[in-house]
Amino acid sequence: MENVIIVGMADLNATRSPGILTTIGLGSCVGIALYDIKLKIAGLAHIMLPDSTQIQNNSNAAKFADTATIRLIYQMQRLGANKANLRAKLAGGAQMFAFTSQNDNLRIGDRNVEATIKFLSQSNIPVIAKDTGSNYGRTVTLYAEDGRFLIKTIGHGSKTL
Amino acid sequence: MESQMENLNQNQMDALKEMGNIGAGNAITALSQLLGKRISMKVPVVKMVEFKHMAEFLGGPEQLIAGVLVQISGDINGIMMFLVKKECARELINTLMTEFSHDYAQRDEAESFTELENSALQEIGNILTSSYLGSLANLINKRVIPSTPMLSMDMANAILSVPAIEFGKDADCALLIESLFDSDIYSVSGYFLLVPDDTSLNIILTCLGAK
Repeated sequence: MENVIIVGMADLNATRSPGILTTIGLGSCVGIALYDIKLKIAGLAHIMLPDSTQIQNNSNAAKFADTATIRLIYQMQRLGANKANLRAKLAGGAQMFAFTSQNDNLRIGDRNVEATIKFLSQSNIPVIAKDTGSNYGRTVTLYAEDGRFLIKTIGHGSKTL
Repeated sequence: MESQMENLNQNQMDALKEMGNIGAGNAITALSQLLGKRISMKVPVVKMVEFKHMAEFLGGPEQLIAGVLVQISGDINGIMMFLVKKECARELINTLMTEFSHDYAQRDEAESFTELENSALQEIGNILTSSYLGSLANLINKRVIPSTPMLSMDMANAILSVPAIEFGKDADCALLIESLFDSDIYSVSGYFLLVPDDTSLNIILTCLGAK
């Protein structure tokens, strides 16, 4: 594969067509794929937590749904993207272990997805597709060429959004 | 805020390493008793690893691994995990099942696990983590209560995202203890991951005399 940019955990990146962005093994984390449908500019963030304002150790903007959304839009705009053209696709937010506990932190996957949708809507970016929840990991790849979002799993098939 | 996990001095690291050695040693002894086999263990390698690099130790972010997770409560709060690659999990299951069931046909590593094999693996994880935590409790003379173990088999990164998120608020790294164990029939490398929260780390270090 050529032009593949790997986005790590709590990381984000953007590219023009025909670039490819991928992030490996999303568990409870959420992969936010943004795509400028007219100018073919793609951006991908791998967030870990819903909200930077709830946490003291928040220096890495890419770690949180709120700050990562803003940072990713900014990075795409620097490549020439127009915010009005942006569409979002989401993957991840699984619950990897069947916790029986009372601890609210442990349904973090759901909370990550909810927060991501909320912050995208505050930025007026429509979420046009998502593959979230359940109990398995996902590797995702976003193609700047046409905005397709490929999701691979171990034992749960693959699909394209 | 900088977490103290990321700013340990040499003395504190040494104390945690020693604790890791003792814990892993106890865990392997318990496993050896369960399996009725002599198991020798190499001196564990203990290091502080950032979550984003942790999957490299387990064969890469997409490697299929088995993770057993217990939540720790009592005087210490946090998470403990036992992690093995799938083929090593298969070795452990084959050994355990053969020991307890004479008509058990050993299965190939490529096959997925049955429900019974999953609970066998969960039990192995349970014994390893609870004996590890038992020796930790003795060492620091505190109450350390493990939850029932939970098992997940998936990509390394997806499994490691759970402790990474749970403690991402405080720290971006955790204590990774690699223990290689051998018996006459197999060689398995397993990993223990200990992630106490910031307050609990403080308690542990104080009790170890490294504060």
